[in-house]
Amino acid sequence: MNLALSCTALSKKFGEISALQNINIDVERGELFGVIGPDGGGKTTLFRILATLLIPDDGDAQVLGFDSIKDYLSIRKRIGYMPGRFSLYHDLTVKENLQFYSSVFKVDIEKNYGMIASVYDQLKPFANRRAGKLSGGMKQKLALSCALIHKPELLILDEPTTGVDAVSRIEFWNTLDSLKEDGMTILVSTPYMDEANRCDRIAMIQKGELLYVDSPKSLIDNYSEPLFAASSLDRFVLLNRLEQVPWIDLVYLCGQEVHFVLRDVKHDKLLEYFKKNEWGDVTISQIQPTVEDCFISLMKTR
Amino acid sequence: MRTLLFLIQKEFIQIARNKTMLPLIFIMPIVQLVILVYAADLNMKSIEYSVFDLDASHASRELLSHYDSSPFFDTQEQLFSDEDMEHSLKSGEADIVIKIPKGFEKSLMNNESVEVQFLVDGINNAAAVITTAYAQNILLKYHNNLGSSWLNLQEVQAKGIEIKSRHWFNPELDFKVYMVPGILVLLVSMIGWILTALNIVREKEIGTIEQINVTPVRKYQFLLGKLAPFWLIAMFELAFGLLLGRILFGVPIIGSVGLLFLFTAVYMLAPLGIGLLFSSLSNNQQQVMFLTFFFNLTFIMMSGLFTPVESMPNWAQYVNYLNPLAYFMPVIRMVLLKGSDFLDVLPNLIGIAIYSVVVLYLASLAYRKRV
Repeated sequence: MNLALSCTALSKKFGEISALQNINIDVERGELFGVIGPDGGGKTTLFRILATLLIPDDGDAQVLGFDSIKDYLSIRKRIGYMPGRFSLYHDLTVKENLQFYSSVFKVDIEKNYGMIASVYDQLKPFANRRAGKLSGGMKQKLALSCALIHKPELLILDEPTTGVDAVSRIEFWNTLDSLKEDGMTILVSTPYMDEANRCDRIAMIQKGELLYVDSPKSLIDNYSEPLFAASSLDRFVLLNRLEQVPWIDLVYLCGQEVHFVLRDVKHDKLLEYFKKNEWGDVTISQIQPTVEDCFISLMKTR
Repeated sequence: MRTLLFLIQKEFIQIARNKTMLPLIFIMPIVQLVILVYAADLNMKSIEYSVFDLDASHASRELLSHYDSSPFFDTQEQLFSDEDMEHSLKSGEADIVIKIPKGFEKSLMNNESVEVQFLVDGINNAAAVITTAYAQNILLKYHNNLGSSWLNLQEVQAKGIEIKSRHWFNPELDFKVYMVPGILVLLVSMIGWILTALNIVREKEIGTIEQINVTPVRKYQFLLGKLAPFWLIAMFELAFGLLLGRILFGVPIIGSVGLLFLFTAVYMLAPLGIGLLFSSLSNNQQQVMFLTFFFNLTFIMMSGLFTPVESMPNWAQYVNYLNPLAYFMPVIRMVLLKGSDFLDVLPNLIGIAIYSVVVLYLASLAYRKRV
C-alpha cells in the first residue's frame, strides 16, 4: 500500500463538544483530495491533527507512513501546511518570509525555486513589501510559496480560497492542478461546493462526522432522487409555499433558485397545483444534481 | 544552531521594525532614570511654612530669618489667628506652621524657658518626620548662636559627649546614588519580562506560532530564539543605564562592572522566564498585561527599591523569595556603591540561579501543554 494518508477511527473532543467522531479516511499518493463541509464541521480540527499540531483523543493517523504522534518530526519535514488564517510574519517582507521558511527547513531557495516559480514569479514585483501590506490573493500566493519551498510530499491547505476573489480562486486551483501533475499529494478543504468538482475525491464532514467519501462524479451519479429547480420573482415566498406542497420533501434555496425533490407525481401535476392555487409565474425544470445538492441530501437524510 | 541564528536574526529584524518597541528600548531608560530618580527623591527641598508671630520682636524676627535663609524652607504667609493656622494647614498652603508665643524675647532675655510651637501636616508620615527634624535643627542652631551673636556674650560650648557620624558608601547621603541602581534593576527586569511576554503572545494572536510549529523548528529552538534577543537587549540596557547614571548623576561604580554583568546575565533568566510563563498562560496581549500589572506592582513595592526589605514583616520577607527583583536589588547596590566582591554576592547569585531554573522549567512545561 502506498497511502499518503490514513486515518483510523479518529476522534477529538473539545470539552463536551465532539469535533471529530470516528473518522476513517485513506488518501492515495498523488491524489487531490478535498474535504468539504460547513464551518465548524471539523475540517480544521482534522487538518491540525494531520499537521501534527493537535493530538487526537482516540484513533490513529498515519501521514506519509509516519505516526502523527510518535514520528511528528519526520512528518513536519515532509509536509507543507497552510492554515486557514494568514500566518506569516506581517512585519517581514515577502522575500524575508520566504528566506526565513527556507532557512528553517534548511533548503536553498535557488535550488528549489522551480517548485514555486509559477506562484512566486507573480509576487516578485512586491518582494520588498511587508507581508501584512499585501492583498488577500497575494498573501495566499506567498503562503503557498512558503509552504512549498521545501518540496513537501504532502500539501495540507486549510480553506485556502476563503476570502479570495473569484479570479484568484480559479488561478489557485489551476496551480493545484499543476502541482498534482508533478506528483504532489494535496489535501484541501473548502466551504465552496463548486470547488469540490475539481478534486479527485472528496470527503464530506458535518458536525464531526464523515458523511461520504468518493469522487465528485460518482457522488452525483449515485444521486437517485428526481431533483427540480423552481424560480419566480420572490424566491422566499416560493420557498415557503413549496414547503407546504404534500409531494415535496427537501426544499432549499440554491443561488437564485429553489431546489426540491418531487416524489410520487409527475411535474405536470405540480404545475396544475400551482395554477389552482394561483401562484402566478413559476417556472420549474428537472435538473442534474451538483455536489451541493448531494451534500444537502446527505445532510438531511442523516 | 544555524536555525537558532536564523530565528534570532528574524527577531531582531522584527524588533527594529516595531514602532513601539524600539523607542521603548532607548527612551525608557532615559525617562525612568531622569524622571523617577528625581520624583522618588525623599529629601525635602521646599518645605512651605507659614508663621504666626505673636511676639513680633527683634528676637522672633531673628529666629524667622534663620528659616528664611534656609534653602529648604519657603516662606508662605504671615498668619494672625489660630483659625488662620488651621486653614493654612488644611488648604495645604503650608506643610508646617510655626507659632511664636507672646513674650518670646522677654523670656529669652531673662534666661527663662520658652516654647515655640510647630504644627506639621502629618499625612505623609515620612515627609512630616523630615520636616520636623529640619525645623528643629534650625531652631537649635538659633538657640546655640544666641549667646555669641545676639547677647554678645562668650559662646557657650556644649560639654559632654559629641556625636560625629560618618556615612559610609554614600557620605553625602545623596538619594540619587541610592535610587539609580534600584531603577536600573527595574529597567532591565521590565524590559526582559514585558517584551518577551508580549512578543510570544503576539505570535499566538497573529497565528504565526502555528506556522512555525509545523516546521522542523524544535520547541527549545523556538524558545531560545525568543529569549536570546531580549536577554541581549537587557544586557545592553544595563550598560546604557549605567552610563546614563554615571554621566547624569555621577553614580559611583566602585565594584567590578564584570561582576555586575555576570550577575545580571544569570539574573535575567528569571524575568525572561516569567515573561515566557505569562505568555504561555495567556491567549492575548490584554491577559499578559493584566498578569504583568498585578505581579509587577507587588514585586516592585516589595523589592526594596524605596523601603528597606529588613523593615518588612517576616512573612513578607519570605514572600520575597518569589520576587526576582529582591535578589538583584541589594546586589547592584552592594557592587556599585560598596564594591562588594564575588563572595559577597554569591548567596544571591545561587538563589537567583535556582529561581531562574525553576521558572524556566515551569514556563517550558506550561508552553508545551498549551501549544
